[in-house]
Amino acid sequence: MKFSWTRVRAIFHKELRDYRRNRFIVYTMGVLPLIFITIPIIEIFAIPASAQLSTRAGLPLLYLLIIPAIVPSTLAAYSVVGEREQGTLEPVLATPISREEFLVGKALAALVPTLGIAYLLFGIFFAVVALFANSVVASAVFDRSHLLVLLLFTPLLAGWSIWVGIAISARSSDVRAAQQLGVFASVPPLAVVVLMSLKVIDPTLALALGLAAVLLVFDGIGWRAVAAMFDRERLMTGARR
Amino acid sequence: MTSANEAATDLLAPGGKREAPALVVDHLTKRFGPRVAFSDVSFDVAYGEVFGFLGPNGAGKTTTVRTLGTLIAPTSGRASVAGIPLTPRNGQQIRARISIMPESPGLYLRLTVAENLRCFAGLYELADAGGRIERALKAVNLTERANDPCGSLSKGLRQRVALARAILNEPAVLFLDEPTSGLDPVAAREVHELITSLRARGVTIFLTTHRLEEAERLCDRVAILNTTLRLIGRPDELREQLFTRNLEVRTHAPLPDPGRVFAGLKDVESWQQTPSGSYLLAVTDPDAAAPGVARALVGSDADVLSIAESRHSLEDVYLELIDEDVEAKRR
Repeated sequence: MKFSWTRVRAIFHKELRDYRRNRFIVYTMGVLPLIFITIPIIEIFAIPASAQLSTRAGLPLLYLLIIPAIVPSTLAAYSVVGEREQGTLEPVLATPISREEFLVGKALAALVPTLGIAYLLFGIFFAVVALFANSVVASAVFDRSHLLVLLLFTPLLAGWSIWVGIAISARSSDVRAAQQLGVFASVPPLAVVVLMSLKVIDPTLALALGLAAVLLVFDGIGWRAVAAMFDRERLMTGARR
Repeated sequence: MTSANEAATDLLAPGGKREAPALVVDHLTKRFGPRVAFSDVSFDVAYGEVFGFLGPNGAGKTTTVRTLGTLIAPTSGRASVAGIPLTPRNGQQIRARISIMPESPGLYLRLTVAENLRCFAGLYELADAGGRIERALKAVNLTERANDPCGSLSKGLRQRVALARAILNEPAVLFLDEPTSGLDPVAAREVHELITSLRARGVTIFLTTHRLEEAERLCDRVAILNTTLRLIGRPDELREQLFTRNLEVRTHAPLPDPGRVFAGLKDVESWQQTPSGSYLLAVTDPDAAAPGVARALVGSDADVLSIAESRHSLEDVYLELIDEDVEAKRR
C-alpha cells in the first residue's frame, strides 16, 4: 500500500481536536510561549542605546527560539506514550495506517501549531519593538542575521524537537518522564543558535545556511531513526522481538 | 433492536459464502524470550462463523488476536487472515480487511463519538464516511449521542462506540475481545443481537470471552486455549468428548432397590444417586434409553417426577479442562 495522506490527515485532525480540549496542552502551547516573549521584550526595553547593540539585541531573541525548541517537544513526547496510557494506541495501530503515516501525522500536528504560535509571537515581538523601542535598539533587533536565524531555525529546531520527542515517547512508559526528557533533549541544537547570536560564530548568510542544512540533515536522520524504532510489537507488549 | 440489526445489515456489504476459510492458523507459536504466550496452535474458521476463543487469564487469547491482527509477529508457524497470508509485507492489507475491538474501548475521551468515528473512517480511507458513521451509530443505537464527548459516556456506551468503530470498515473478520465486559444485561443482549446480525451478513467473528454462556449461545464453535489449544469444536461436541451423557431421573420418593430397576436396562451403562436424591444414569443415547427407563420405573411402582437429559454446560467443559491443566502443573 502506498503512503496515504488521507490517513495522515485523520491523525493530524484528531490530534488538533484533542489538543484544543486538553488543558495541559493549551497551557503549554499558549501560556508558556508568552513567558518567552515577555522576557525578551522587557530586556529590549532595558538596553541603553549606547550598549554593544548587536550582541545585546541578539540575546533576547534567544528566548524566542526557545519557543520552537520547547513547545513541540512536550507535544511530541506525549504523542505515543500518551496514546498508550489512554489505551487508544492499539485500535489505531490495528488499522491499515503505516508507521510512517502515523509518525508524519503526529509530527505535523506538533509542527503546525508550533510554527503558527512561534511566528505569531515573533510578529508581536517585532511589532512591539518597532512601535515602542528606541529606534537605535530597534534597528539592531532588525539586524539581518537575527531575522535569518529566527526564520530559518524555527522549523528546523521544531523538527529536531519533534523527532527526539517522538523517539522518547515511543520508548517511554510514563508521559511526564517522556515530556521532561523531551524538553531536555531538544535543547542541544539551541547551542549553535546561541553561538551565532552571541557572534562567537560569525553569523554570515553562508554559515547560517550551512548550519541550517546540517540541522535539516539531522532532522532527516531523526525521522528515519524514529521510523526504524517504531515497532508495533514493542509498543503493544513492551517486549523486544 | 430490530432497527439496529437492519442498520448492521445495511452497513455490511454482502459477504456471501466463500470457499477458503476466513482464518487459517497452522502450528502458530509466539514466545516473548523464554516465556511462551501460545504454542503450536492450529485451527481454521469459516466465513460467517462465530468462533469463540476461551481460556483463563494469561492463556494467550489476546496475544493470539494481536498476532492475527498483525500487531505482533509470530515466532513460528503460519496463518492466513481474510484469505491473505500473515506476513510482515501483508500487514497493511490484512488490517484493511479486519477489525479489532480490544477489551478496553480505547476511545479519545475528549473527542465526541462522531469525531472518534470520523478519525477511524479516515484511517480506513472510507468513501461516504458520513453515511458509514451514521449507519454504524444506528447499528449500536447511539445516533442520539453522536455529539457527546466520549468522556461523558458510561462504560457500556463506550463499549458500544468501540463496537461501532469496529464495524465501520465492514470487516471480513471481526476480532472482538470481551465485547460485553462491563455491560449490563440489556446492553449485552444488544451486542449479542448485533453479533448475530453480523454473522448473517457473512462476517466472521472471532470472539474471546470469559462469559461461557455467551460463547455457548453465540458461537458455532469454540476453542479452549491454555497456552496450547486444549479443545476445539461445537459446544455440544465438546460436552460429548469430555462427559458421558446422562439421564436424570427424579422420583417422589427414593427407590427401594434402584440397582434392580436400572441394572438390567440395555442402554444404561451405570447409575448413581446424587446428593439431592435424584438418579443419574450414564447412557450412550438419552433418546433411546429414556423409554426403557420410564417403563422400568413404572414397572417398579415408582412415582416418577421427571426423566430428562442432564446437560453439562460449556462451563463444565471449560472447568474440567482447566482443572486438568492445574492438576498437571502440580504434578
